[in-house]
Amino acid sequence: MTKAISVSGLHKSFGGTHALDGLDLDVESGEVHGFLGPNGAGKSTTIRVLLGLLRADSGAAQVLGRDPWADAVEVHRRIAYVPGDVTLWRNLSGGEVIDLYGRLRGGLDPGRRAELVERFELDPTKKGRTYSKGNRQKVALVAAFASDVDLLILDEPTSGLDPLMEEVFQRCVAEERDRGRTILLSSHILSEVEELCDRVSIIRRGQTVETGSLAELRHLTRTSVTAELAGAPNGLALLPGVHDLHVRGYQVRFQVETDKLDAVLRSLSESGVRSLTSTPPTLEELFLRHYQEDMAAQGVAR
Amino acid sequence: MTATAFDPRPTSSQTTGPGPTSSRQLAGTGALLRFALRRDRAMIPIWVAVNALMVLSMPNTLEGLYTTPAERADLLTQMSANSSLRAMIGPVFGDSIGALTAWRVGVYAGALAAVTSLLVVVRHTRDEEESGRQELVASGMVGRRASLTAALLAAAVANTLLALLVVAGLAARGATGALAFGIGIAGVGMVFATMAAIVAQLTESARLARGLTAAVLGAAFALRAAGDSATDDGSSALTWLSPLGWLENLRPYADERWWVLLLFVTAVAGQATVAYALAGRRDVGMSFLPTRPGPAAGRLGSAAALAWRLQRGSVFGWSIGFFLAGLVYGGMTDGAADLVGDNDNAREIIERMGGQAGLTDAFLSAMVGMLGLIAALYVVASVLRLHGEETSGRAEPVLANAVGRLRWAAGHLVIAFGGAALIMLLAGLGFALGYGKETGPILGACLVQVAGVWVVGGLAVLLHGVAPRAAMAAWGVAGAVLLIGWVGPALDVPQTVLDLSPFGHLPKLPGGEMEWGPVLVLLLLAAALTGAGLAGLRRRDMTS
Repeated sequence: MTKAISVSGLHKSFGGTHALDGLDLDVESGEVHGFLGPNGAGKSTTIRVLLGLLRADSGAAQVLGRDPWADAVEVHRRIAYVPGDVTLWRNLSGGEVIDLYGRLRGGLDPGRRAELVERFELDPTKKGRTYSKGNRQKVALVAAFASDVDLLILDEPTSGLDPLMEEVFQRCVAEERDRGRTILLSSHILSEVEELCDRVSIIRRGQTVETGSLAELRHLTRTSVTAELAGAPNGLALLPGVHDLHVRGYQVRFQVETDKLDAVLRSLSESGVRSLTSTPPTLEELFLRHYQEDMAAQGVAR
Repeated sequence: MTATAFDPRPTSSQTTGPGPTSSRQLAGTGALLRFALRRDRAMIPIWVAVNALMVLSMPNTLEGLYTTPAERADLLTQMSANSSLRAMIGPVFGDSIGALTAWRVGVYAGALAAVTSLLVVVRHTRDEEESGRQELVASGMVGRRASLTAALLAAAVANTLLALLVVAGLAARGATGALAFGIGIAGVGMVFATMAAIVAQLTESARLARGLTAAVLGAAFALRAAGDSATDDGSSALTWLSPLGWLENLRPYADERWWVLLLFVTAVAGQATVAYALAGRRDVGMSFLPTRPGPAAGRLGSAAALAWRLQRGSVFGWSIGFFLAGLVYGGMTDGAADLVGDNDNAREIIERMGGQAGLTDAFLSAMVGMLGLIAALYVVASVLRLHGEETSGRAEPVLANAVGRLRWAAGHLVIAFGGAALIMLLAGLGFALGYGKETGPILGACLVQVAGVWVVGGLAVLLHGVAPRAAMAAWGVAGAVLLIGWVGPALDVPQTVLDLSPFGHLPKLPGGEMEWGPVLVLLLLAAALTGAGLAGLRRRDMTS
């Protein structure tokens, strides 16, 4: 597979602030890639570098095989972008903006446009400021999904959408993936990322801290296990990778590093298992773990 | 329809008059006023200082020009006899230095105070609502009418400051006249502050609110000009229709007619009442002139088309304004020649306004030069659309499409530079039609001004391209050029300062010799500035 986006060692500072501090990001062609990180981690800065709106201080970036700064126009012909905060012109209707953006990209599929307007329940005759935040986002989303492009860059595109529209959005992303398009999705809605994304990258303070498929990432973290045993547990506490062990009679509750699960299960079955629940880590836990490390690091710094 | 705002059902909290509700409607005014003055801490002092400087520099200038009372009496007779000059400046009511000062700068000081006031009021009312900031403010302990009150009070602070400076600065020429003049100027300011308060209730766009109020100011100037060209004592009904005419008829330094102040008081009170009534009856962010729905599909297909769509309204407005101004001043030109041709004093006045000997040509040249300076404001406003698009975040998604930065900028700059040439050409056509002679030389004179306008435009492009955070300083450039052009020659400012303005290097046309040299140099300079600005734009980060 070729890479739709490949970024390595990206640095960008504004005055004294280092927004990007050696960031790496690889997005394969045809995948939906989740882009996660706490506020101010550098997600939007990265996206704006990928769009050639900012020039990186150092590091390499390629989008669709080209330099996003030098070949901005050529690259943009094959990209649709939805900003997190969509601002429209007060005297242009939503329909006019959709068509304008479409024409300024590779073109617009009129049938798809009509269908999307219908599905997102958007009134395209309203003008700029009369749209709510969610409706302004719908204008940008319709323009992006109806455009004939290879790569969609979506920067927190659903922050103003209601749950019904969120579902429409998720279906649209799935359809785009099925057509072979690549999507970079920056989002705070972890269920959305979990549902849609093939791979995710988590960034923190301008650096990539975790990247891979959800399955791979889960492998690196802990699974929660609750079990009722036939007899007293033996030697559980001594096994490597077991944490937070609570024992009450024959009941045990603990966390285990996912790659050590095998040995733990063997030990449990030696005691005899009456019931067992094991919960894989959610993306939220993955995310929170990094986030909390961040907070802890800040706490230490203070 | 959600876009309409008028709610015909009177509810008790909205429309009942006095009583506990009305004081609650002003809750938070004090905090909002302090906030407004803090935001305007640079803007109000600068506008007020420029205005006061213009007024207070005049007595010394006049004394230098007309050293003896006999000369001043002579000036009075000539000016009173000349309808064209009366139309431009207003009638003269006395030959004291104070009376001549009030005559020479009164209308312009009043107009400047009006511009300051309308900008302040719209900035703190409709601008806040349009940007959505008002919603957050209104959710606090803030009364329904508090924002409007704070805006009007901020304008009142600016006008009071101006009045105090004028009174203090002119007191030496006669305290009574100074008081009348100061209050009169502030009165004009407040009439347009309350006018802007009404217009801000009617439209959803702050830009439109400013434009409409400025158009009313233009109409007030035109009414007064027409009235004053017909009568030499300001008694025409047309003059009385204009707040600027009231300022003349207050007659500072010439047996002040204090009762005229009642007109200001009545107008301010009446307009404020209307504005308050409207403000209390509508929804935040909405207006009485509803936004109509637009087409469901659009034909805009390029960055240039988008730029034209965004700027065409202002291009039309400026075109009409410049054509009419040319027509009116062209029509006055013959009258200007009624002046006794061999009188040195009168000629000197015209010459100091930027013209050359040969009174008709001198008058035309001065007027063409004045419009050239005003066109500098157009070009700055138009170039700075780039800045507005960028800082509002609307440029970013456009540039994320297959639109290069240069193409994006070019769409706006063609309108800025081409529009400047267009409005000067239309002004020239107006002059030629109004005057009926010398079409070729007049059109040439107008087009020569374009070189100066383009240099100012080029500076704006440079600022936006190289130092985007300082882009608004382009307004300072336009203001400085205006000040040098209008007031500079009368102030005996050193030539090096006068030379800073590109307009000072243009040949005085019609009447003077056409000099290609300086015009070509200015054109090259404009091209170099624009090129440097665009090169900067290509290299820098986009701001958000």
